[in-house]
Amino acid sequence: MELTYIRAVNAALGWALRELPDTVVLGEDVAIPGGPFGATKGLRDEFGARVFDTPISESAMVGTALGMALDGMRPVVEVMYGDFLLVAMDQIVNQVANTHYVSNGQLRAPLVIRTQHGSTPGSCAQHSQSLEALFAHVPGLRVGLPATPDDAYQMLRAALVSDDPVLIMESRRLYPLKGEVDVDADVQAVGAARVVRPGRDVTIVTWGTLVAPCLEAAGVLAGDGIETEVVDLRWAAPIDAVTVAASASRTGRLVVVHEANRTGGLGAEVVAEAAERVGTRLRTIRRVATRDVRMPASPALSRAVLPSTETVVDAVREALTPTSASSS
Amino acid sequence: MGDPQDQNWYAAMYRIRRVEETLLDLVRQREIAGSVHLCIGQEAIPVGACAAIGPDDPVIATYRGHGWALARGVPLVELLAETLGRSSTLNGGRGGSAYLSGPQYGFFGENSIVGAGVPMAVGLALSASFQGVDRVPVVSIGDGALNQGVVHESLNMAAVLNAGLLVLVENNGYAEMTPSDALTAVPAAARAPAYGIEPVEVDGNDPAAMARCVSSARAAARSDRRPILIEAHTRRLGGHYSGDVQHYRPAGELDEWRVGDPLTRAAQSIGPGDLAGIRNQVDREIETALGQARERSLPDPSTATDHVYTTG
Repeated sequence: MELTYIRAVNAALGWALRELPDTVVLGEDVAIPGGPFGATKGLRDEFGARVFDTPISESAMVGTALGMALDGMRPVVEVMYGDFLLVAMDQIVNQVANTHYVSNGQLRAPLVIRTQHGSTPGSCAQHSQSLEALFAHVPGLRVGLPATPDDAYQMLRAALVSDDPVLIMESRRLYPLKGEVDVDADVQAVGAARVVRPGRDVTIVTWGTLVAPCLEAAGVLAGDGIETEVVDLRWAAPIDAVTVAASASRTGRLVVVHEANRTGGLGAEVVAEAAERVGTRLRTIRRVATRDVRMPASPALSRAVLPSTETVVDAVREALTPTSASSS
Repeated sequence: MGDPQDQNWYAAMYRIRRVEETLLDLVRQREIAGSVHLCIGQEAIPVGACAAIGPDDPVIATYRGHGWALARGVPLVELLAETLGRSSTLNGGRGGSAYLSGPQYGFFGENSIVGAGVPMAVGLALSASFQGVDRVPVVSIGDGALNQGVVHESLNMAAVLNAGLLVLVENNGYAEMTPSDALTAVPAAARAPAYGIEPVEVDGNDPAAMARCVSSARAAARSDRRPILIEAHTRRLGGHYSGDVQHYRPAGELDEWRVGDPLTRAAQSIGPGDLAGIRNQVDREIETALGQARERSLPDPSTATDHVYTTG
């Protein structure tokens, strides 16, 4: 069935509320208003008090969800912007991520934190960041970044049935995007990257919002006879290093593309995993990322710091230049 | 002389006191790595509260939570083994003194982030409502935790979402190493009405008063599905943590506070023979448990990365 990305999220939440009786949905404006972006539209009418509004209290929202999860429920908490996860950082990192390990497996925290992130024109400094690396760094959490309507549905369902805490970071820019969604597919497990375009000359690893621009870049490069393989990483934790390394080993050239800032971004981790596994067959490494800057408000400025199809094309061409030195 | 219940209160409090003193010795002998946070002087609160709550009521505490764990029925030998970093049926050496939990005993664990347990208790209360079960969570925090933002968020959230729980503030006179009143503009009981929450104040050094207070608060929280804040007045008769030399204490303060020591008060209604008998029995129990805990194996290093996730 053809759905927009945001309707696919809605469909996955509806599926969980129907199929998993312990599921509840909470967050700011999720019940009566149907969600600031419409992710929970209609769910309050169908499922009543299992979909409920909370105050603007991100720490208490996540902590409350954790408390319900400790008791065997499966709460889904919506945090309106990825930037607002920072308000709940103690609950996410010190509490949620610790629960299972520190209790020696006696307690479980099967909650899902849904948020959306990334830059759109004018979205400014506190509504634009891509912070997946912060959370992928924390053992105990799973982190997913769906890039298509189908993955918005399948990855969220994987999170909803997981017994581990999962953070799903959706892309606001992709919410209106339409695509085919297999609503009757088997529920997937968490994890696994996907080769979304095969190619033998160079590997691009990307995720979330930038998968589509990278595919566009691959199309442009194909006009020059350059065959680009594009890997959608899909999950920042666990990283599917096997798929990444297999592709990088075939092409010998790896370009990692993400919207998060460059320094300390997940791209560095992807590159390190690939380098350790592939060794000297990996001849060239490039990173394409948002420059190390806070996000400016004016689109004229934000465009200058964000990756684009053009910057990806340029990076791939540079990676293929014979004189190009490996970033060793 | 006295009520037989007085002997039970005394025995339960003396047991916690002696365990805490034993842990302090073990830290000083370096048999326990790191530090411990002791509840010496505050024993009447968990003892009285746990006597009044339901068998399935979840309890959440802070790092000053050994008394809560013991009062909730966590076996002494397991608590000692866990704090010694040895194999235990609690957390297998992953929790230690500050994060031990035993959900099978209704003890959902300690926390070093002093206010962090409050929203979890709100969630446990909502979960009880959704499941239609007779459970009222109890979360213990100190007066210092009142000034963490998450407590403010959670009190409001509990009130608007009709969460039936008890937020039990142990006002022990100190927020870590600074007197509470120097850092807290308005104390707990006075804050509660601003959230639409009923406050109750109680003598936290009297286990019988604690039990009566918690019993009636629990009934109201359960029937009306609303949070109740209990401010229990007590005194911390030791340092913030095991290595705290308490240089900040005014001269004579501890002597003055010891007059109200809950053990001293409870002992007044017990005859000397009975008192000696209780102490002897508890001392032997702790000695035996410590011996057993010391014989526990160290956790297997090859399992150190187990349980990060539920699978794989």
